[in-house]
Amino acid sequence: MIRFADVHMRYPGGNEALRRIDLHIEQGAMAFVTGRSGAGKSTLLRLIALIERHSRGQIIVNGQNLERVTGRRIALFRRNIGFTFQEHRLLGDRTVFDNVALPLVVAGYRYQEIRKRVQAALDRVGLLPKQKSLPMALSGGEQQRVGIARAVVHRPAVLLADEPTGNLDPILSWETMMLFERFNQVGVTVLIASHSLEMIRRLKKPIITLRDGRIVTGTETDDGPADETPLAD
Amino acid sequence: MGQPTRRRSPIEWRRAVRAWFLQHAQACVFSVGQLVRNPIGSLLTIAVIGISLALPAGFYLLLVNAQRVTSGWGGSAQITLFLKLELDDFQAQAVADRLRDHPQIDAVSYVSRAQGLAEYREMSGFGDALDTLEENPLPAVILVQPNLEALSGGQGDRLLAALRAIPEVDTAQFDRQWVQRLFAIMEILKRAAVIMAILLALAVLLIIGNTIRLAIFNRRAEIEINLLFGATHAFVRRPFLYSGFIHGAAGALLAWLLINGSIRLLSGPVFRLSELYSSRFALAGLDFGAAGYLIGIGGLLGLAGSWIAVQRHLRDSGLV
Repeated sequence: MIRFADVHMRYPGGNEALRRIDLHIEQGAMAFVTGRSGAGKSTLLRLIALIERHSRGQIIVNGQNLERVTGRRIALFRRNIGFTFQEHRLLGDRTVFDNVALPLVVAGYRYQEIRKRVQAALDRVGLLPKQKSLPMALSGGEQQRVGIARAVVHRPAVLLADEPTGNLDPILSWETMMLFERFNQVGVTVLIASHSLEMIRRLKKPIITLRDGRIVTGTETDDGPADETPLAD
Repeated sequence: MGQPTRRRSPIEWRRAVRAWFLQHAQACVFSVGQLVRNPIGSLLTIAVIGISLALPAGFYLLLVNAQRVTSGWGGSAQITLFLKLELDDFQAQAVADRLRDHPQIDAVSYVSRAQGLAEYREMSGFGDALDTLEENPLPAVILVQPNLEALSGGQGDRLLAALRAIPEVDTAQFDRQWVQRLFAIMEILKRAAVIMAILLALAVLLIIGNTIRLAIFNRRAEIEINLLFGATHAFVRRPFLYSGFIHGAAGALLAWLLINGSIRLLSGPVFRLSELYSSRFALAGLDFGAAGYLIGIGGLLGLAGSWIAVQRHLRDSGLV
């Protein structure tokens, strides 16, 4: 569950990235954040993952008020979140297996458990045969899927994806979205920042549109089955 | 899903402890792996640390050896008692015997007036002049050899005063200047060694800090990803701390080898020199205990240097 109440985000330089954001994404839901470059999509996701701190208002993720998540609690909080990046951010000197294993290694799992889970995650994204390859040897789409496997291997409650299809062709993009939907179907709350509006409309999920740091509308799609309507301000 | 504060059950505790050991082992292996993968850079750092540690440690060793030498030369720091001329031989001998039991005196040797004259006649070459004198002008002399604690503890003056107070003694002379100068020089050298050690320890701290800073820079992406997926600061810090410790300790080991190699090179000529002084002095090297200290100090300096570097980076990373 993700809830924003009157959230503002101002960068140290002074420009206001987000203004008066109110939204509510229920547990197990899937939603999109869209808008033009610089509208604040990434910032919104980064606030949820505690990469940035909001300057005003209240954010509650998984029942935790983010203002109270400080110091050592940040690390524990992040273990319940999966994050994928547009630029993948895989470690080039490690195999696919080691890249996907990272969230589990960080959390101190035993090797047997790590292997089991990493292989399961790689299997879900269809890359089990490539587990010993280095990321450089993979195509862009495959690298993106490794990133997704890494984001879900520790079974987070919330999965955040920042422009996951930014560098992919339409078919690969669609497949990637289907992958996210499958994770959503097993109970993961999924929030995806994307500007490919046409594609995300076809998925019939709630869409949060940002413009200049403000939410423009709630669901401007032909209302899908979603019962969780983000609150517009 | 969101249960932020939850008591840990015994099983969870066991898991946590096991995870802790596991992560330490991983971090250690990882650090060694990094070192092996980048041997030239690591070896250069270790060499610089080795030389930086070898300098103060070598200086310290020089002092230790100097102290051993001066303790061998302790004979120079003796007190000469000139007895009153009116004492006869028996009385003078009795004074010497009394002094032998003094706790601060190692040895006493008595030179009677006649012996003194004979020696003087032989050594000075003024024998003929002495013959013209009607009476032996030389007093009986007692040479007192204070033990080393009496000298170095600053108690030499007190001993001298006590000896002067003996009624049979006319004057007592310390070979003071010599001893005082020697100890003053040693004191300066000791102080210099401490200053040098502090400065070079600082240098080691900076060298390791810089090495770790570069390592952090090279692995920034990895650190960020680790933090983003829930690594604690301790987890991020650990491999760098191990790396710093390994560099420091290996540098200290190298310093030890450098020092003992130098000692080996010097020991031949030093022994020949000491033979010329009819002494059997041999240079002392760093024994295993001292080497252990050195390696411990090197390791701690490495740990401290990398700690500082990592803390600074974590603070600046913006992910905290």
